[in-house]
Amino acid sequence: MSEARSPLGGAVCQGEGAKVEELPAQGMVTLRGAMGDIADAVTAAIGLSMPSQREIVIAGDKAVAWMSPDELLLLMPHAEVQACLTTLSERLDGTHHLAVDVSDARAVFRISGAGAREVLARLCPADLSPAAFGPGELRRTRLAQVPAAFWIDEAGAFRLICFRSVARYAFDVLCGAARGAPVGFFPESDAV
Amino acid sequence: MLTLKCPYCGILCDETELAAGGEAHVKRAGPGSSDEAFEAYLFDRENPMGVHFERWRHAHGCGKWFLAARDTVTMEVFGTYKAQTTEPPEEIVAAIRARRPEWEGRA
Repeated sequence: MSEARSPLGGAVCQGEGAKVEELPAQGMVTLRGAMGDIADAVTAAIGLSMPSQREIVIAGDKAVAWMSPDELLLLMPHAEVQACLTTLSERLDGTHHLAVDVSDARAVFRISGAGAREVLARLCPADLSPAAFGPGELRRTRLAQVPAAFWIDEAGAFRLICFRSVARYAFDVLCGAARGAPVGFFPESDAV
Repeated sequence: MLTLKCPYCGILCDETELAAGGEAHVKRAGPGSSDEAFEAYLFDRENPMGVHFERWRHAHGCGKWFLAARDTVTMEVFGTYKAQTTEPPEEIVAAIRARRPEWEGRA
């Protein structure tokens, strides 16, 4: 088995109000199927309840995120992906579904600091006010010119995923936004 | 700038999150149809000044196709609805009639 490497080797960038870090390889499984049919298998494979629309259910190093009406993203440590896929294929035998290891297809970033919301608000056409977007929600949107998704982790920092092929671009635009002087657009910001 | 609500994930999407897909409710003229019918299916489009039905895809979000009713002149959006329909739903038509009593319906 080859060694899993993150696309940018753990690049870090410290801005005035926020810090952008590329995280090590994260286990990710895309699961598609009718939500009602796959719910039991998801609970068996990862031990978490099903998320409702736009929700992400997080517990420790595992999470289940709602990506579209027929798609979930399962997050787990990189080493546990194969076991998860095995459980899913056993439980969903005979059920129309698709379960794929997409760990190596993605890049993961952590954006922390009081200015984290502002960094994303500079790049995404999403409402990032604390009233509109808070913990427990996953937002798929556009990050500058590429698709991305982000949520707030248990520590209160933002996690962002995008395709591995655009990891350098995503990191560079995030750093550019983080280096800009904070404008205090979200004074009540809760991110840490 | 248009802001459309994706009926699948419920997000109010900025136009730049979406990909435009042209006119909605175009019925395919398949094998066995006349040349004229097939040509009309390929090329004849409404292009109205006023109420129009369009296909949009939430390209940077959930990836689903949905349909929208809007005014091409004022950019007013009357509503969005799921793509699994061959006619605009009643509530969309009612919303259009409420705002545009003179609207003559789809050609």
